[in-house]
Amino acid sequence: MSEATRGARGVVPPREGARKLTAAIVGPGNIGTDLLVKLTRSELIDVHSMVGVVPDSDGLARARKMGVPASAEGVDWLLKQPTLPDLVFEATSAKAHLANAPRYEEAGITAIDLTPAATGPLVCPPVNLDTLSDAPNLNMITCGGQATIPIVHAVSSVVPVPYAEIVASIASRSAGPGTRANIDEFTETTARAIEQVGGATRGKAIIILNPVDPPMIMRDTVFCAIPSDADTKAIAASIEKMVAEVATYVPGYTLRAEPQFDEPRDIWNGMARVAVFLEVRGNGDYLPPWAGNLDIMTAAAARVGEQLARRKATS
Amino acid sequence: MTEQTAEKIRITDSTLRDGSHAMAHRFTEEQVRGVVHALDSAGVEVIEVTHGDGLGGSSFNYGFSLEDDVKLVAAAVDEATQAKIAVLLLPGLGTVNDLRMAHDAGASVARVATHCTEADVSLQHFAAARELGMETVGFLMLSHRVGPEELAKQARIMVDGGAQCVYVVDSAGALVLGEAQERISALVKEIGHEAQVGFHGHQNLSLGVANSVLAQQNGARQIDGALCALGAGAGNSPTEVLVATFERLGIPTGVDVQGAMAAADDVVKPFLHRLPFADRGAITQGYAGVYSSFLLHAERAAERYGVPAHEILQKVGEAGYVGGQEDMIIDVALQLAAERDRAS
Repeated sequence: MSEATRGARGVVPPREGARKLTAAIVGPGNIGTDLLVKLTRSELIDVHSMVGVVPDSDGLARARKMGVPASAEGVDWLLKQPTLPDLVFEATSAKAHLANAPRYEEAGITAIDLTPAATGPLVCPPVNLDTLSDAPNLNMITCGGQATIPIVHAVSSVVPVPYAEIVASIASRSAGPGTRANIDEFTETTARAIEQVGGATRGKAIIILNPVDPPMIMRDTVFCAIPSDADTKAIAASIEKMVAEVATYVPGYTLRAEPQFDEPRDIWNGMARVAVFLEVRGNGDYLPPWAGNLDIMTAAAARVGEQLARRKATS
Repeated sequence: MTEQTAEKIRITDSTLRDGSHAMAHRFTEEQVRGVVHALDSAGVEVIEVTHGDGLGGSSFNYGFSLEDDVKLVAAAVDEATQAKIAVLLLPGLGTVNDLRMAHDAGASVARVATHCTEADVSLQHFAAARELGMETVGFLMLSHRVGPEELAKQARIMVDGGAQCVYVVDSAGALVLGEAQERISALVKEIGHEAQVGFHGHQNLSLGVANSVLAQQNGARQIDGALCALGAGAGNSPTEVLVATFERLGIPTGVDVQGAMAAADDVVKPFLHRLPFADRGAITQGYAGVYSSFLLHAERAAERYGVPAHEILQKVGEAGYVGGQEDMIIDVALQLAAERDRAS
């Protein structure tokens, strides 16, 4: 990997004398494997191990090839290791994470949860990375949430947003069995995060899987209800600033067009609307660039891990 | 020697669900009660009542419902004497929680719809529906996008997940005769000994009824229609025409032809703003294989951005967008408008 790539990914160099944190990845599917590639580039995190349950998993094979200890014997194996990791990134399913979370906590391992289990505080780096709590479990919401909640927040920091709705379209091939079995958890967790993190009074989330070949690049649309007299210039400026901020860690995060403002309508309860059309082109770390949904999730999770490492170094 | 009686087929009327697209999701409770009463009296056994995009469809992306789905379902259940009330659910949009609320309001048939290659996102919902004691139907949307064998494999996933019937859904009205026939046959072969097969047709190429007859002849036992063809695109196979045609063919449906015609003429037609019609946009949908519900959204985007609706639909078809991606219609309109501005 070249220095240029490192710079482009926005990885912050370590402080003098900072100790790297160690991290295990549990769940060697699409998301876990993409995260593995990113973490091996981090200057603040060392990958401790990659853990799965299926012996012939592609993700585990890839980890071994990269010299990372890998096991198909699950969390039981991980917790038996002589040295435990500081962090565990969990990319299994909501159900599996609910079962594993208490075991990590008991072992004193901080969990960064990439499933929609959402047991811990919801984290979206450009919105609340600086105010991370010391909770033993931090949740990364969903890929669609990471792509859209920054925009909802950008709008709600200018005007009140009584209702926000997001539509995430992803390529079928980037949706593994975990995502498919958890589709309700996706919509419910994302909707909750639109409210709690995005700042909308009420949130709604929609996810669409599209099988077209060649695969479509991840697309996200954000609709926010806004007051009829809203300052549209200020909203547009806030959105553009936020897009630039997200692009510091996901360079392929772009607006497809200027934010679209629509006049108030009766069927919108007299509210006006702003619609934001986004494209999320991935870095191609594991799956090709169309899988922007993997990229935005794992890049956000890696940022959270690095933030914890920096905090540890200064505390 | 007695003449052999043909096996009965079951008509599901979707005026109050697919027709919701053509009504911009603005059905009133009074209209719902009137339609349910007329269909129930005519002998229709299953009546689907939901936002056009299913439970939870009320949104900026698809259009907000005038009345809450659950309230309309409850009114329909109250009005029906023999008919079962069905609801549609698209995983990714509606959730098991929405299904529970509809069930609590009295819905007894769960129709779970996925894109024709994505059946495995429905398993959570079929399991929940069966647990609630609901009858289950799987809906493979835009069935023209894959071949018969692949479609049959997807139907198998739904049946293994708990579907008691799987429909070939011609969401774009794009299947031309033999293409519908082959898909029905492939599904009957794969799941026929465990589950029924159904057909849901659209009129974009005016083949909804003809395809339904071919479906029946190849083993389909559940057929969808809508009064006055009220539905997305150029509309659905008209229930009253299906019933009359099947009667002429000697296929029992249990529905009274006069009753169905009266329901269409006296109850539905008076409240329609426009009758479904195969105009340039709708034909483009059948021709280019575009999801029928996109029609009104394309017309709105056409008006807002000053680009032709049929060009938007053509582009949407080329991009391979699937049901639920209504937001991409605005995106395509914006790109077409940008191209136009660059050219001028």
